Amino acid sequence: MSEPLLQIEDLAVRFRTDEGAVRAVDGVSLSVERGEVVAVVGESGSGKSVTGMTLMGLTRGPNAEISGSARLDGRELLTMSNRELRAVRGNDIAMVFQDPMSSLNPVYRVGDQIVEQIRTHQQLSRQQAMARAVELMERVGVPRAAERLRSYPHEFSGGMRQRVMIAMALSCSPKLLIADEPTTALDVTIQAQILEELRQLRSETNAGIILVTHDLAVVADIADRVVVMYSGRVVEQGTLDELFYDPQHPYTWGLLGSITRVDSDRSARLPAIDGMPPSLLAPPPGCHFQPRCPHAFERCGEVPELSPRTPDSPGHLDRCWLEVERKRTLRLVDGQIGLAAPVRA
Amino acid sequence: MARFVIRRLITMVLMLIVISFVTFLLFIVALPGGNPAALIAGRLATPAEVHLISVRYGFDKPIWVQYVRTMANLFDGSAYSYQEGFNVMGAITRGAPATLSLSIGAGVFWLLSSIGLGTLAAVRSGRYTDRVLTVLSMVGVSMPPFLLGAVLIYYVSYKAGVLPINGYISFTVSPWQWFRHLIGPWITLSVLFIGFYSRVLRGSILDAQGEDYVRTARAKGLSERRVLVRHILRMSLLPIISLWGLDIAQVIGGGAILTESVWGLHGIGQLAFNAIGAFDTVTLLAIVLLTAICVVVMSALVDILYAVLDPRIRLG
Ligand SMILES: Nc1ncnc2c1ncn2[C@@H]1O[C@H](COP(=O)(O)OP(=O)(O)OP(=O)(O)O)[C@@H](O)[C@H]1O
Ligand SMILES: [Mg+2]
Repeated sequence: MSEPLLQIEDLAVRFRTDEGAVRAVDGVSLSVERGEVVAVVGESGSGKSVTGMTLMGLTRGPNAEISGSARLDGRELLTMSNRELRAVRGNDIAMVFQDPMSSLNPVYRVGDQIVEQIRTHQQLSRQQAMARAVELMERVGVPRAAERLRSYPHEFSGGMRQRVMIAMALSCSPKLLIADEPTTALDVTIQAQILEELRQLRSETNAGIILVTHDLAVVADIADRVVVMYSGRVVEQGTLDELFYDPQHPYTWGLLGSITRVDSDRSARLPAIDGMPPSLLAPPPGCHFQPRCPHAFERCGEVPELSPRTPDSPGHLDRCWLEVERKRTLRLVDGQIGLAAPVRA
Repeated sequence: MARFVIRRLITMVLMLIVISFVTFLLFIVALPGGNPAALIAGRLATPAEVHLISVRYGFDKPIWVQYVRTMANLFDGSAYSYQEGFNVMGAITRGAPATLSLSIGAGVFWLLSSIGLGTLAAVRSGRYTDRVLTVLSMVGVSMPPFLLGAVLIYYVSYKAGVLPINGYISFTVSPWQWFRHLIGPWITLSVLFIGFYSRVLRGSILDAQGEDYVRTARAKGLSERRVLVRHILRMSLLPIISLWGLDIAQVIGGGAILTESVWGLHGIGQLAFNAIGAFDTVTLLAIVLLTAICVVVMSALVDILYAVLDPRIRLG
């Protein structure tokens, strides 16, 4: 089989707003194989969640302009009819949303909300679906699951709600799971448990997983490949080793540099790179990272394509005009990978 | 849940006692028309006669004694209008069928219509249907009932002869005539509410569309219809249901004065209208209390409904 589970090519999502068009996603290409965990990292506002939601058709609307292509098992998702999309949502693709506090409906019992999803896609009786919900809740580490399923969301802590969301996402054994910062609200033990659960889902059902996270320790723990996003674009992608040991894009250096600096506090929201991300209303021409990049030169005024630039690893793609050999020296700051302090003009 | 209901009912009784006492002070003690004994005695009475009446009716007693007596009279049906001499309870009971028919019929009509139109406007938001409904609701909200009533009476009843011109026919006399006589008043009373409620509902549906849990519902693969009915409407209906509770209480308590008068229904609203003209404080007190009872009971029911619909409230 040549076709990967998910193939996104040049995805762009624009929202028309009163201030102008927001280019939330502006050229995202990535693929996910069956049984593969792809981590998506990038600072706040880089378009990670919008990318995930667009795959499920959740950003469709009169003010959204979506272009490019996203195929799941060879089926185009972006142009699918709403009816076809409903059969995919929750069933072929499931998403764990970023904000567990508000993602459950406050007026229904937690169990009923899981059962609703199961029964939308599977011919099960209420009792059977409830039994499945209990089993799922136990799997994601909720004690006394049968009893707790009768609770309402407001009776749960953030971490518990997050686990409910995960149980719900797993309920129909999706082919693709999009987990948008699934472990942010959780303490380290539960986090490990959830990651274990994701691994198990992958090995049992061969599902592909897109894991959006800010936590590079989680990435190192579970990801097969890493996609780095910056200001709506994928700026670099490659295997875990390629990204961690031979990073090509200065923004990635910054990310890696900030983790070594904040080692003591793993949960600190990355990245601590000087400057602000560009406005999505009027992004700079050429490379979006250019205004913050200490190594920028004239060429950076042109948009660099996402392409393989390291001779020996064809799967390692990036968007940076710098020469590979120069980068290997530029990225070393005090002997470690990092982004040099910006040169002030 | 049971504890919530009981607590809410106790509050309700306390509220009624306070409201009735304040209204009593306003209407009877700080009487705008002057000494009630003088009113009863009439213009030509001597001070001695006024004093006699004052003692006989207990106007010289402490206020709380007067209050208890007046309340007892009102509730056991032995309160009489000082000016007109009719039995207040009797007058209200005579007006009640017309007013209840008007308010319950119109209430159901305007609630259902605004749910339908408000939902339609929200679902079609920004499109042609929504724009048309926006304009219509503006017209509805700014249409005074007396004008709408007059227009309906002139064109539909008088010119076209489709509806009766005015009056109320009891349901027991003829259900069909009862219905025919109420169509005009129902529409007259409802239009303003429909315009207003459908806007409120449209807004709260659009707000809910952006909720994270609605996105979750869509992400589960539910149909748009199910998302709307189960995940959006349930919460979005709450604001208009609480408005409805208060408005319907007002109308039952004689609040539809204009509609009742234009269509000559002789209900509680019209009784209130006449009582205001005649400074008939006892009747007014009774009607205000009736309204207060309706409002307090309805808002307790609305609160209980809220608690049924939203589990978070049961904690509070
Ligand atoms: N419906 C919308 N209309 C207009 N702008 C939007 C809309 N949805 C998202 N955006 C904008 O798109 C950008 C990307 O948002 P997104 O949520 O994908 O970021 P993210 O990478 O997930 O960030 P975070 O790490 O904070 O979750 C943001 O600037 C956001 O304001
Ligand atoms: Mg996000």
